[in-house]
Amino acid sequence: MYKIGMIGERDSVLGFMALGFAVHEANDVEAAQQLLHRLVRTEEYAVIFITEQYAMQMEDAISQYKDRPLPAIVSIPGKEGSVGFGMNNIRSAVERAVGADVLFRD
Amino acid sequence: MAQLRVNPTRMEMKRLQTRYQTARKGHKLLKDKRDELMRQFLDIVREDKALRIKVEASLADYYASFGIASAVTGPQMMETALICPKKEGELDVVYKNLMSVTVPEFRLQVRTDGSRDSYNYGMAFTSGELDLSLAALGTVMEDMIRMAELEKRAQLLAEEIERTRRRVNALEHILMPQYLEAIKTIKMKLDENERGNITRLMKVKDMMLQAQLRGKREDEEEEDLTE
Repeated sequence: MYKIGMIGERDSVLGFMALGFAVHEANDVEAAQQLLHRLVRTEEYAVIFITEQYAMQMEDAISQYKDRPLPAIVSIPGKEGSVGFGMNNIRSAVERAVGADVLFRD
Repeated sequence: MAQLRVNPTRMEMKRLQTRYQTARKGHKLLKDKRDELMRQFLDIVREDKALRIKVEASLADYYASFGIASAVTGPQMMETALICPKKEGELDVVYKNLMSVTVPEFRLQVRTDGSRDSYNYGMAFTSGELDLSLAALGTVMEDMIRMAELEKRAQLLAEEIERTRRRVNALEHILMPQYLEAIKTIKMKLDENERGNITRLMKVKDMMLQAQLRGKREDEEEEDLTE
């Protein structure tokens, strides 16, 4: 059994506690990064959600775990709304595989 | 292009020809694999994209309603209400083999403590808005997990596609031309040797004929003298 992790600023992640996510607050990117590494190391998490505000500033740390089957690290919009970072990730995956952006051309 | 250095022998040529055939078969198989990977990848990515749009919209709604709820209830109260949840979301992970790529499949399991309502706070101190916004969040949860699964798959497949494509290209543009080139070189060398041999034989035959002719002529001259 794996847990569902959540990293983000307090106001964004508070509600997810009620859903039973393992919520970890981070006040800045540094803390979020350290949290991410710690959570991955425990190997108890199958999915770790990170709010976009942090995720976009710690791309390197996230891409470290990209080619592993677990955990899936997914960015979701925080309370400031979507900045399109998650969508960008999909696009870059397409570009990596196909060699060109075939999905968002329009 | 770096050329393969080979011995110009028939055996070597035979060996290279077999290797070339193998490379060609492998190339075809890998190309098929790449195409199928690509097809599955695009399916996944399309679904992922649609799901992400949906999830992001629902989350935006949730944040809005949660903002109102916390404005009505007050931050202190909100925290006490939410901090110890009744539910515990857990994931069962099953590994699937997708075109020789190991991908995880997540199954969401929510454990509750058995009581009927899922709210982990009393109704007295919190506003109804909070109930509503959390209910909304609950419906997104499953989509979020599915999205995580799809995104992970997309990443893993993208890596595999990249690798396969590189292999296909290496076979197509480097290995196979190299073999062909080497086979051609050997063939030319062998032909050249063959021609050399024939010329030599012709020359030897010529010399032998001339020697015979000369011998005959000398015999005739001797006969003339004795007569």
